[in-house]
Amino acid sequence: MASYQEFIQQNEDRDGVRFSWNLWPSSRLEATRLVVPVACLFTPLKERPDLPPVQYEPVLCSRANCKAVLNPLCQVDFRAKIWACNFCFQRNPFPPSYAGISDVNQPAELMPQFSTIEYIVQRAPTAPLIFLYVVDTCLEEEDLQALKESLQMSLSLLPPNALVGLITFGRMVQVHELSCEGIAKSYVFRGTKDLSSKQIQELLGLTKPAASGQPGRPLAPQDAAASCRFLQPVHRVDMNLTDLLGELQRDPWPVPQGKRPLRSTGVALTVAVGLLEGTFPNTGARVMLFIGGPPTQGPGMVVGDELKNPIRSWHDIQKDNARHLKKATKYYEAMANRSAVNGHCIDIYACALDQTGLLEMKCLSNLTGGHIVMGDSFNTSLFKQTFQRVFSKDFNGDFRMAFGGVLEVKTSREVKVCGTIGPCVSLNSKGSCVSETEMGIGGTNQWKVCGLNPSTTLGIYFEVVNQHNAPVPQGGRGAVQFVTQYQHSSTQRRIRVTTIARNWADAQSQIQHIESSFDQEVAAVLMARLGVFRAESEEGPDVLRWLDRQLIRLCQKFGQFNKDDPTSFKLSESLSLYPQFMFHLRRSPFLQVFNNSPDESSYYRHHFVRQDLTQSLIMIQPILYSYSFHGPPEPVLLDSSSILPDRILLMDTFFQLVIYHGETIAQWRKAGYQEMAEYENFKQLLLAPLDDAQEILQTRFPMPRYVDTEHGGSQARFLLSKVNPSQTHNNSYAWGQEAGAPILTDDVSLQVFMDHLKKLAVSSST
Amino acid sequence: MNVNQHTPMASPYGQPQPGYGQPGYAPLDGGYPAPYAPFNGPASAYQPGAPPQGYSPFTSFPSKAVAANPVSDLSSPLDLGPARGPPTSGATPVSAPQPYNQYSHSQGDMQNGPPPMTQAPPRPAASQQYNQGAVNLSGPQPSYPQHYGPQPSMQQVANQMTGMQITSGPPTPAGPGYAPPHSSHPPVNTAYSAAPPHSYTQAPPPASSPPTQPPPPSGPAASQQYYGGPTPPSQQPFNSSLPPTSQQQFASPAPPPPSSQQTFPPSSSYSGPAPTPGQAPAPPASQPQQSFPPTQPPFSSAPPPASHPAFVSGPPPPAQGSFPPRAAPLSSQPGSFPPPGPSPISMPSGQYPGPMPPQQQPPPSQPSPYHSGPPPPRAQMPPTSMAQSNHLPPGPQGPPGPLGPMQQPPSQPGMQGGYPPQQNGAFGQVRGPQPGYAGPYPGQPNYGAPATAPAPAPAAQKRLDPDSIPSPIQVIEDDKVKTTEPFTTGVRGQAPPLVTTNFQVKDQGNASPRFVRCTAYNMPCTADMAKQSQVPLAAVIKPLATLPPDETPPYLVDHGEGGPIRCNRCKAYMCPYMQFIEGGRRFQCGFCSCVTEVPPHYFQHLDHTGKRVDCYDRPELSLGSYEFMATVDYCKNNKIPQPPAFIFLIDVSYNAVKSGMVNIVCQELKTLLDYLPRENPEMDSVVRVGFVTYNKVLHFYNVKASLAQPQMLVVSDVSDMFVPLLDGFLVNVNESRLVIESLLDQIPEMFAETRETETVFGPVIQAGLEALKAADCSGKLFVFHSSLPIAEAPGKLKNREDKKLIGTDKEKSLFQPQVAFYNTLAKECVAQGCCVDLFLFPNQYVDVATLGVVPVSTGGSVYKYTYFQAQSDTERFLNDLRRDVQKLVGFDAVMRVRTSTGIRATDFFGSFFMSNTTDVELAGLDCDKAVTVEFKHDDKLSEETGALMQCAVLYTSCSGQRRLRVHNMAVNCCSQLADLYRNCETDTIINFLSKYAFRGLLSNPTKAVRDTLINQCAQILACYRKNCASPSSAGQLILPECMKLLPVYLNCVLKSDVLMPGADVSLDDRAYLRQLISGMDVSESHVFFYPRLLPLTKFESGSLPVAVRDSEERLSKGGLYILETGLHLFLWVGASAQQELLVSIFGTPSFSQIDPSLTSLPVLDNPFSQRLREIIESFRAQRSRYMKLMVVKQEDKSELIFRHFLVEDKSASGGASYVDFLCHMHKEIRQLLS
Repeated sequence: MASYQEFIQQNEDRDGVRFSWNLWPSSRLEATRLVVPVACLFTPLKERPDLPPVQYEPVLCSRANCKAVLNPLCQVDFRAKIWACNFCFQRNPFPPSYAGISDVNQPAELMPQFSTIEYIVQRAPTAPLIFLYVVDTCLEEEDLQALKESLQMSLSLLPPNALVGLITFGRMVQVHELSCEGIAKSYVFRGTKDLSSKQIQELLGLTKPAASGQPGRPLAPQDAAASCRFLQPVHRVDMNLTDLLGELQRDPWPVPQGKRPLRSTGVALTVAVGLLEGTFPNTGARVMLFIGGPPTQGPGMVVGDELKNPIRSWHDIQKDNARHLKKATKYYEAMANRSAVNGHCIDIYACALDQTGLLEMKCLSNLTGGHIVMGDSFNTSLFKQTFQRVFSKDFNGDFRMAFGGVLEVKTSREVKVCGTIGPCVSLNSKGSCVSETEMGIGGTNQWKVCGLNPSTTLGIYFEVVNQHNAPVPQGGRGAVQFVTQYQHSSTQRRIRVTTIARNWADAQSQIQHIESSFDQEVAAVLMARLGVFRAESEEGPDVLRWLDRQLIRLCQKFGQFNKDDPTSFKLSESLSLYPQFMFHLRRSPFLQVFNNSPDESSYYRHHFVRQDLTQSLIMIQPILYSYSFHGPPEPVLLDSSSILPDRILLMDTFFQLVIYHGETIAQWRKAGYQEMAEYENFKQLLLAPLDDAQEILQTRFPMPRYVDTEHGGSQARFLLSKVNPSQTHNNSYAWGQEAGAPILTDDVSLQVFMDHLKKLAVSSST
Repeated sequence: MNVNQHTPMASPYGQPQPGYGQPGYAPLDGGYPAPYAPFNGPASAYQPGAPPQGYSPFTSFPSKAVAANPVSDLSSPLDLGPARGPPTSGATPVSAPQPYNQYSHSQGDMQNGPPPMTQAPPRPAASQQYNQGAVNLSGPQPSYPQHYGPQPSMQQVANQMTGMQITSGPPTPAGPGYAPPHSSHPPVNTAYSAAPPHSYTQAPPPASSPPTQPPPPSGPAASQQYYGGPTPPSQQPFNSSLPPTSQQQFASPAPPPPSSQQTFPPSSSYSGPAPTPGQAPAPPASQPQQSFPPTQPPFSSAPPPASHPAFVSGPPPPAQGSFPPRAAPLSSQPGSFPPPGPSPISMPSGQYPGPMPPQQQPPPSQPSPYHSGPPPPRAQMPPTSMAQSNHLPPGPQGPPGPLGPMQQPPSQPGMQGGYPPQQNGAFGQVRGPQPGYAGPYPGQPNYGAPATAPAPAPAAQKRLDPDSIPSPIQVIEDDKVKTTEPFTTGVRGQAPPLVTTNFQVKDQGNASPRFVRCTAYNMPCTADMAKQSQVPLAAVIKPLATLPPDETPPYLVDHGEGGPIRCNRCKAYMCPYMQFIEGGRRFQCGFCSCVTEVPPHYFQHLDHTGKRVDCYDRPELSLGSYEFMATVDYCKNNKIPQPPAFIFLIDVSYNAVKSGMVNIVCQELKTLLDYLPRENPEMDSVVRVGFVTYNKVLHFYNVKASLAQPQMLVVSDVSDMFVPLLDGFLVNVNESRLVIESLLDQIPEMFAETRETETVFGPVIQAGLEALKAADCSGKLFVFHSSLPIAEAPGKLKNREDKKLIGTDKEKSLFQPQVAFYNTLAKECVAQGCCVDLFLFPNQYVDVATLGVVPVSTGGSVYKYTYFQAQSDTERFLNDLRRDVQKLVGFDAVMRVRTSTGIRATDFFGSFFMSNTTDVELAGLDCDKAVTVEFKHDDKLSEETGALMQCAVLYTSCSGQRRLRVHNMAVNCCSQLADLYRNCETDTIINFLSKYAFRGLLSNPTKAVRDTLINQCAQILACYRKNCASPSSAGQLILPECMKLLPVYLNCVLKSDVLMPGADVSLDDRAYLRQLISGMDVSESHVFFYPRLLPLTKFESGSLPVAVRDSEERLSKGGLYILETGLHLFLWVGASAQQELLVSIFGTPSFSQIDPSLTSLPVLDNPFSQRLREIIESFRAQRSRYMKLMVVKQEDKSELIFRHFLVEDKSASGGASYVDFLCHMHKEIRQLLS
């Protein structure tokens, strides 16, 4: 049998699922003692080039409250043409189309390798994708120009039949009508007035035609297109829109000295949401919000227009000094929920040197599965390329985006769902498999994920509910089925079904097995997501304390040690990296707000709760590569000791990509040796990390901030703040001169952290 | 007055009437030979109609006279009667005043020549005022030619005339005879001149029927005699003067009521007449009173002829109006007569009768009545008689001429200037008045009462001869003749020429009448006097009036950084009334007397007279009007203002598009934008423009120069209006020309297929307002709107047009805005300096009363094109639009009127807003807008210093400069009422009264407003009569010369659509007119109320033909007439117009081929056509609104519309004819007096 490593890898590749425990403790009590809950990271739309979708619809269990999908784990009686649901044990006849079923003629969904399978729903109406640009015009001329170019470029990337719309805003909000010939026409709203969806539709003159569409059902595309002058097929209005964008002016209202431009972001979004709500409910749509500053007026304003009042900082928030915070947050949350209900996702592209109010607006994207991109300016490659990458295509030529996803989780009766953490909202579906304990967004077994891409990953938390005194029969397995319905970028409705099962194990007799089935990487990420989720509502120190507590308990549970003897403490291989992840997690911007603005924190957290395992790990513990003349590039410890004069370091924190030239290298480079033929090898050395970085830059979304720095450079801080401060101004001399660079910090180093951990773990008092 | 009744009177009341009439008449005639003659004319009036022709009053008079005389003669004492009879014919009454004028003038000139001297004095006597005036005048005359005119004019209309007539009536049994005369009248008309004269003379003899000529002899004779006799007597008369006049009138009456008369006849009068002097006095006095009664009769009688039946019935219906009553009386009179006459004393008529009889001729002495006239006069007498006819100077003339009375002629010349027609005696023939009676003057009932008494009158259908009552045309033409030299404003208290006269103004320290016109140039010193006289003290100020090219616009004065020099206390601006003292180091304010230091930089030495040496170098020290450069302290927020902006807001709903309006506006704007107002014609205008279209939502347009195509910004959230853009909305025309043109080309296309029928209105103005706010500038909105704003939005309106409310107490609510929203909005607009001009293109009710609130409060204008059709209305609309866009305009203006201590500006009328009681705030002020300011005393004024007023208007010019325009005006003060009456201007008074009344509509029932007007007018005249006119018979209507047109003009106001709507006049029209009037200056209101009617039969190149009076009688079937009101322009074509004329105008010889839908005349190459088109163009050029030409063919349907503007006739909606109204007015006055 393959090692757990391989098993895990295989499962991940096939199903996009990684569980914290791959053997499940068979009772609730034991499960709780394991400290780390049974949970998984699930990537619903993991790219499976090898998995062609089937052209029929899934067969469902006939029990009304089950409706599980026929899967390889089901027992099938080929002769009776009956299958038993492995969740509720209901026996179901096959539908007539399965009449020819037999041992040798099995449908794909019964084959083990199709534990994940994708169906295409044929009868569902198809609606074109919708892209609604919401553009801030209170930008510097240069920024606006760059943004306009990016937008114009994006038109060529859109599917030709996609509907596109444009809303611009500054002091006023303008909804541009795209269908008209001649004069460019737009509807204007004042930026200070909150409008209901109905009002918006009335004001836009949409009430008559839109009234015909029943709620919950999208209009036939033709009708819809005709009914809405504001959303038109790209191929029809391409030229028109290009011109329109070209003529876009900066917000013409004068900005007096000492004031911020008036930016009606809140109303612009309401209008966008209201527009889509009225015209294309439950149709895949993407609202793309481009902002160059914080909302400064109207509902959802984050900061007043007086420059003398700076935008809120963490300090203000802690002191409860952020005047607009609560109101704005509430406003955007309400809007996000409305949008989510209608299946529209909202992207935020915020490019400004100062904060733009992401803290308040983050829910727009977090709840709807939209992107948040934060940059310094629209005139940077970071934005331009990231934006371009939104429209990237997969191997089939389809856009890497899906809309209106509904994820349903079904569990066998010993397990229940506690909740998920990810870019979704609850659909409040109280099934039998819903646990009373909530972790993340709970209380339901269905979630809506309005915007999905292949890397969107949700953390799903379970609870074992089997009672200790009712042992699971030998060989019994717990099963979980993930049913994801979504609108594919080709406008097809699809259903992807993933069914997995794990063995039960008795925690008392099989604790070693359980320990070795621990997936410390995913566990770290899942715990981190829980921590981040808590951090949204709790004080930072509380969260850290909770994390520490969990770590200590885990170490106590699985560590081998003699009581009160820290030196005797040992962890098995399957847990050995876990404390280190926790160490870096505690230092990460997801939990530490020091040195980060509220916007930045929101931005980091936003990405953290939606990226897949690999990326999440990088975020927790950045990767550090070292380049030298001494050999090929090698990963090195994320430690100050790795910072050596003759090395070039490449650090990837997901958000930043830092190339750091050691002192010597930097001097050489300055001296220009790389220009000399005889130092070709030096040139090669200099280029090596650049090439690697380029590779990362090519694929990552959002594109990381790319930093090229050197010893003593100001930007070296990105590196110095990440590495484990094993050498500081406090101890470097004690450790001698040997290597590394001292970090000027009072943060504890990994060593100190581990020492404490051991001490606490072995302590009998806890 | 309405002595005219002749016939009727005669028959019914037989003698009594005659008595009345005759006595009086007779006297008159006799009394005033020459004048009489004219009077007689009136008298003839009796004869009704004959003379009635009305036109040449004179003629008519004469004729009438004749008739009358005859009648009267016949009736009672032919002897007596004859002579006077004629005169009486009412001529007496009315003319009196005029005659005076004439006399006075003329006297000097003509007739008087002989008697003049003497006469002169007499007159004064007549109307004491006059006297005074006269006296003064005489002194002054030289200086105030004009005045003279007026002074003399005191017109005394002896209503008695009527009575008189009555007398005649009786005689007539002749009644029949009368009838004939009437019929004959028409002819007379034609005959006018000729006839009249005869009549006068003849009058007596002809008595009834034959009216005219035959009798004349006697008449004339009589008159002559008077003259002859008079002269001497006249002097005496002076003393007695009054008496005479009245006498005459009465006299005639007397005869009829024999009995009573006889008593009278005591003829002191008789003797009087002849003896005049002595007797005259006595009798007159009594007589006058008596005479009145008679008058009444006349009234009644007047109607009689035609209406007789009605009358009869009438009586009962006393209600009908005073008239009816009279009528009634009349009818009843027969019986009553006796009593009435005598006893009736109650009324003049009655009295008259009484007196009359006796006097009958003695009355002639009446001259006295004319008082002024009379006494002296006999010569004057004519006048007197004329009194009635006075007005009519012409009348007299006419008659005179013919009569031969040399005297008369003379007078005429002076006065008439050739309008023989008008005679004052107008009263004379009442023609169809009767009909009017019933309806028009409810008040009349009173009459009834009195009338009844007079019963005698009944018989008389007296008709006043329209020619014998004061004629506007005559007055206008006289004024033209009189005005030969430029008007210099240097002399305080000098009344300027009439608005109808072309004259040049030289500013010598008071504002030009083009800027300021006052109702009175001699203000009473005390509040008591003012109250007693009831003459409104007001000024009509048109601060930015356009001056003719030969007059210099106000100079611009810059006092430097400190701003204009002002009085420390009252803040009056430096002006010629500031007295420099202490060697020039200080100045004393002429308004509040406070002494202020002269700033060093402004110091200048004084010369030996105490004047600054630089006095004539500085406009502010030597002129009445000038401008100051305002400093930043005078700017809003202490910021130099931005140049103003014009925003065009165009309705693009279905109706607007369909009517073609949208297309027309857009096309026109393309060229019009090159003509935005600018101060320096060399430079481009700095005015920026913006465009908005709207239906249920608003579309703003971004026309920034850098755009290839305009952009439309739709604001559908109309509940809370805002401006969606700033940069690119208001642009410089030259920079954005291409984009703007593209936009204007596309707007009609874009909305060609629109189905939207609902519109908003409030948000439209809000939008413009917000745009101006955002741009931080003032400006003007041009709103082109088509329908009632029923779409859901602030300011939404509902259709509330409800004809049932008309005439009820709730009617006033229809003139009030139906929602308060617009008032608030207007306030905001004013605060921003946002002026709104509204162009309406309604197909149905749009609630002008509400929509107009903002324009009216912001100094804007409302233009209304009901049932707009591109084809026929484009020209009018475009011309209005062009003018409106191009005209000189100031923004964000504040006007303040400061006055000398003792008087205060208390009330303001016009298009503006006031947030306190002193500052008139005008968001916009253009060159056509006038503000009427009423003054009240709060203390005494002194005759020495007079009353000063200074109107200062702070505004932003169209180039964005902040300026102060100052107009100064000084008027005299008087402690004698007579001075007041001698120096007022009826046109201005009417302007004030109409504005006052129209505003009153908002809070009072229409009827109450009308009654108030009538009442005030009656009080004014009664006060005059009581205090200024020489004692005369109560039956005599005596009008001040300056106000002799007051009744006719007031009647026009009362008959206007606003106060008396016809069935086809919509509520919108009324509201529209009501608002329109509020901003009118005197010349506009004048022509509006009394349209100009020009005969086109003969043109002399270079000058306009002399206008004719607005009465159908004046139209000849064979002629063409052009009529203009300032809003309408008609070309009336008589059914038998000469083919030759038709060919030269229309290019077709056939009447039937003339296309009545023509809106412009074909361009034909003949002098006549050219000239006609020139005239039309010049009319249009004079008015602030373009008048669409309507061709009206006689007896075509459209003639109804045209007739509506013949304001001297009875109107279809029930408005009284001039004659009827005059009678009514007389009645009112008598009531007040008794």
